[in-house]
Amino acid sequence: METLTYNGTQIEVNAEGYLKDMNQWTPELAREMASQENIELTDKHFEVLNWLRAKQKEGTPLSIRKVGNSGLVDIKQFYQLFPGGPLKISSKLAGIPKPASCI
Amino acid sequence: MQDVLEKPTPKVADVKVDKNKGKVKKVLIICSKGKLEDVYAALVMANGALMEGIQAKLFFTFFGLEAITKKHADHLHTATVGNPAFMPGMPTVVAGLPGFEAFASYMMKKEMDKLDIPHVTEFIQMIDAGGGEIYACKLAADMFHLKKEDFLEEVKDIITVGDMYALAEGEGTQIIFI
Repeated sequence: METLTYNGTQIEVNAEGYLKDMNQWTPELAREMASQENIELTDKHFEVLNWLRAKQKEGTPLSIRKVGNSGLVDIKQFYQLFPGGPLKISSKLAGIPKPASCI
Repeated sequence: MQDVLEKPTPKVADVKVDKNKGKVKKVLIICSKGKLEDVYAALVMANGALMEGIQAKLFFTFFGLEAITKKHADHLHTATVGNPAFMPGMPTVVAGLPGFEAFASYMMKKEMDKLDIPHVTEFIQMIDAGGGEIYACKLAADMFHLKKEDFLEEVKDIITVGDMYALAEGEGTQIIFI
C-alpha cells in the first residue's frame, strides 16, 4: 500500500499513483500532483478534470474520443494540456482510476 | 564448452528490471493490407501508442493504401471468403454470394459503433491530432495510380522505403508489420 501525504492528510494511492478514493481529491492536491508531471494547471485543465470526475461518478467508461467530443477541448488540445499520455495523466490528476480504454 | 553447460544461467525472476531502460519510445507501423480488421489493428496500435506517450508513425502500402484514400477509407470490408475464422462452418459458396461481404462488414461496423470505435477517417484524425504521422508508400501509390490529392488530408507525404526506414531512426523504436 502506498500513500501520499498532502497537508498532513494521508492519501492512499495504488502502485501507479492513482488515488484509491476519488473523494479524497482536492484541487490543491491536483496541483501538487501536476507539478510532479511538470504540468501547471490552468482553468482549462480543471474544466477537463472536473468533467472526467463527473463522468467517472456517472460510471461512463472514458476514452480519448469521449474527451474530444466533450465540447471542452478537442483531441489536439487534450494532448497539449496533458503531454505524454493525456487520458492516463489527466485521470491521475482528477483522482479517478486509470481508464481501461484501448481507444 | 563444458564449462558453459555446467553453469546455470540466473533465473530471470530474481533480476530486478529497470523499467526506464528498455522502454518503447517510438513505433513504426506498416499496414500492407486493406481489410477492415487489419487496418483497425494498425490504427488501434498507433493510437494506443500515442495514448501511452509513445511516438507513432504509420506507413500504408499496397492494399493498405485503400484505408487512407478519400474514396474508400470509410468503406473497407472484411473478407468473408478465404477467412476461416469468420463464422466457422459457413460454406464458402454462401459466404461468396453477392452482397454477403457488404452485409458482414456492415454488421461488424455496427458492433464497433457499440464499442465507441470511430470510423477510419475519424480514427486517422485522432491519430493526427495526437501527433502521430501518416505516410503513403510511393511505389504502391504509383502502381495504383494514386496521387496526393486522392489521399486523406492527414496523409503527410508519399515516401520511399528509404524514407520509411528514416522514420524509425532512434533508440527504442519498434517496427510492426501488418
